[in-house]
Amino acid sequence: MSSEIRFTDFKSDKQPTWCPGCGDFGTMNGMMKALAETGNDPDNTFVVAGIGCSGKIGTYMHSYALHGVHGRALPVGTGVKIARPDIEVMVAGGDGDGYSIGAGHFVHAVRRNVDMTYVVMDNRIYGLTKGQASPTSREDFETATTPEGPKQPPVNPHALALASGATFIAQSFSSDALRHQEIVQEAVEHDGFGFVNVYSPCVTFNDVDTYDYFRDSLVDLKEEDHDPTDREAAKDVILDQNKEYQGVVYKDEDSVPYHEQHGVDEDMSIIPDGAPEGATDLVREFY
Amino acid sequence: MAADFNWAIGGEAGDGIDSTGKIFAQALSRAGRHVFTSKDFASRIRGGYTAYKVRTSVDKVQSVVDRLDVLIALTPRTIEENLDELHDGSVIIYDGERTTMQDVEIPGEMVGLDVPLKRLAEEAGGAIMRNVVALGAACEVTNFPIENLDSALEKRFKDKGQQLVDNNMEAARAGQSYVEEEYDHAFDYDLDTTDEDYVLLNGDQAIGMGAIAAGCRFYAGYPITPATDVMTYLKGRIEQFGGHVIQAEDELSAINMALGAARGGARSMTATSGPGIDLMTETFGLIATSETPLVICNVMRSGPSTGMPTKQEQGDLNHMLYGGHGEIPRFVLAPTTIAECFWKTVEAFNLAEKYQIPVYLTADLSMAVTEQTFTPDTFDMDEVEIDRGFVVDEADIDGHLSESGGFQPHEITEDGISPRAFPGTSGGAHMSTGLEHDEQGRRTEDTDMRVEQVDKRNRKVETAKEREDWSPREFGDPEADNLVITWGSNEGALAEALEFLDDEGIDLRVLSVPYIFPRPDLSDAVEAAENVVVVECNETGQFADIVEHDVLERVDRVNKYTGVRFNADELAAEIEATLAEGAEA
Ligand SMILES: Cc1ncc(C[n+]2csc(CCOP(=O)(O)OP(=O)(O)O)c2C)c(N)n1
Ligand code: SF4
Ligand SMILES: [Mg+2]
Repeated sequence: MSSEIRFTDFKSDKQPTWCPGCGDFGTMNGMMKALAETGNDPDNTFVVAGIGCSGKIGTYMHSYALHGVHGRALPVGTGVKIARPDIEVMVAGGDGDGYSIGAGHFVHAVRRNVDMTYVVMDNRIYGLTKGQASPTSREDFETATTPEGPKQPPVNPHALALASGATFIAQSFSSDALRHQEIVQEAVEHDGFGFVNVYSPCVTFNDVDTYDYFRDSLVDLKEEDHDPTDREAAKDVILDQNKEYQGVVYKDEDSVPYHEQHGVDEDMSIIPDGAPEGATDLVREFY
Repeated sequence: MAADFNWAIGGEAGDGIDSTGKIFAQALSRAGRHVFTSKDFASRIRGGYTAYKVRTSVDKVQSVVDRLDVLIALTPRTIEENLDELHDGSVIIYDGERTTMQDVEIPGEMVGLDVPLKRLAEEAGGAIMRNVVALGAACEVTNFPIENLDSALEKRFKDKGQQLVDNNMEAARAGQSYVEEEYDHAFDYDLDTTDEDYVLLNGDQAIGMGAIAAGCRFYAGYPITPATDVMTYLKGRIEQFGGHVIQAEDELSAINMALGAARGGARSMTATSGPGIDLMTETFGLIATSETPLVICNVMRSGPSTGMPTKQEQGDLNHMLYGGHGEIPRFVLAPTTIAECFWKTVEAFNLAEKYQIPVYLTADLSMAVTEQTFTPDTFDMDEVEIDRGFVVDEADIDGHLSESGGFQPHEITEDGISPRAFPGTSGGAHMSTGLEHDEQGRRTEDTDMRVEQVDKRNRKVETAKEREDWSPREFGDPEADNLVITWGSNEGALAEALEFLDDEGIDLRVLSVPYIFPRPDLSDAVEAAENVVVVECNETGQFADIVEHDVLERVDRVNKYTGVRFNADELAAEIEATLAEGAEA
């Protein structure tokens, strides 16, 4: 079946309403290609989307999907994947959704290492609410709610992930279509929580973290001689504040995903049409 | 009704009160006696005091009363705390060799049994067994065959080796013989045994067992008193039935995990209490508007905020009915007994899936932590029926596609119920969202579609009202002029209050309502009655308000919000007083 699947099968019939030039177009295209390339089809894929411009991705893609509450996409993905190990789960949302209102869930989703992919469409701004500072905005980034800049350092999502025991940490740039797709694909194939922070520029509200900025500043870890299985090396890259990079920065090749750790491998949607066999033993326990 | 007997053990946290009480309750249950336990009651003094009470009879017992016949007091305060309930002839077992107990005075005509609990325990193999020595002494006082205690000790300790079981049995016998030899006293109590087999369980366990019986496979929760026992029960058991329990980082996460599993097609559930319900309310509208079947169990405790976390209250009714912004239907079920906790859980899962709607299943603290005996066939697994509602598979999905070929999970139908396709079903891919949506689940702000979707969701409720049985449970004299209405765990106390009032010549008709929404139409019953009293454990009378709203008539109210459940005798007196006031007015 997979051979017949084309990435356009993952497109819904809704035309995206993103601003022309928005990074999210490229981010979504790469995700659809990565899903198709890894042998998935819309009927065995579940996309969980956050709230934000980024969160609209659930509407523009065709698959089983849930477009939920702001910041809670990861727990939803966790529930889907545990209940349905046979389904490919991809979670996508913005930097505000993932690192601000949903930051608590991010840390714990990383720790759990559920076998799913998490794509953060990082534009370093709140797009949908028309341009307020996000957790990844620069310290001096001026917005209507932070006229002098947030005056606090941006969150370092990769550092947060590494410290929480992540087994796959990567970064890509929506406009480098090939590399973006490759990186997301590697995250999908990873046995565990595949985390990709995607630089996905907002052309309307962020005039600092632009396409040009990323094109000029990004180095590709693949071209440097970075060994992603080396945690120490990953740490050095991640903590280097002057470095913008793309590529897989850390990958634990011995990753044991949640379902193996906890012995959950059944399709939980199938149940008997009465009490399960052996249920009477539960009553006997109370003698 | 045969005479009931009331027993308690009290001391400080860390004294092993709960496990000792549970062993005695189990021994009584195994001896074919009915048992009703309680751990929630008033404390007059600040913190630190804990007790476990057991009411038992050869007949059914379903509430607590203000009387204590035998008390094992590990601290002087235990006696003080229970003075009101002790009476002439009550027996107090204590260890006069314990430093704090040396100067203890046994009040009035009560019988004090000074038993060297610790010394006898040490002789039997360890001081830790002193409470078991006291249980042996209690067996002697109550003429209760000690073999039943042996059986309970075996159940409790067999995993830890036969030696420990033997030592405990010896400790119990040491207590028994001590009383027999030292106290030449005829006690008033005789705990007869019967050949009946009973099971002993609490409301949280009944909910957990009901969930497994109903095919629940996924449970996500965050620990909170008094709902944690549901999670503890499921952990280690649900896995044997292909399920999984996950401890989330908070309730925001727990409910979203449960939602995810439900969208995956699993029967899914979470349980929490007030503070957790507040957090879960964030996601409630999404569950309802995306038409996701989910069982949300709210084991109520005393609020607001952190309130009195280990105390009883039924204060969340309005929140469950109306909580969350916007307008969206939901079902609210409130089991009225521990056995019903099991059956209503099964029903909650069926209703959730048949109507693709979130179902609040609400118990309260006094039911959750109370154990009661039942015959095993009360939980007859063969009676469990599963109805998954309108689920379509690949074969019949074609009938539910839009003109452009998209699956329609929110198809506008006459009964309001749309088809459901689980992930993996070919042709069924669709979007679920908290945004208003069209039949395919795609965002819309089209005014007609908006109205059609709102109406369709409400139509599910109308359909459910027609198709399901929402009757209340009825007791007492159906012709009585006095009608008492209650909901949730007050049923047991009310059923026993009936008997007290009967002795006083007061006839009552009792309606115990397990369905808060949709709910039975009580108009005829209210109209037929001369006096109507609504009994509930809260201050404002949330259910009474609903009844008044439904029947357009004023009702009288009996409310309790001390944090302690109604005792049967107390409730009888309150109802009598309320009826008398009504007669004067
Ligand atoms: C509970 C809640 N609070 C606030 C909002 C308003 N809101 C919608 S999206 C958003 C921030 C979006 O930022 P981000 O996640 O970075 O997404 P982007 O639009 O940039 O893609 C906010 C604050 C909301 N929907 N829900
Ligand atoms: S506001 Fe920014 S993030 Fe939102 S669609 Fe427009 S460009 Fe994209
Ligand atoms: Mg953003």
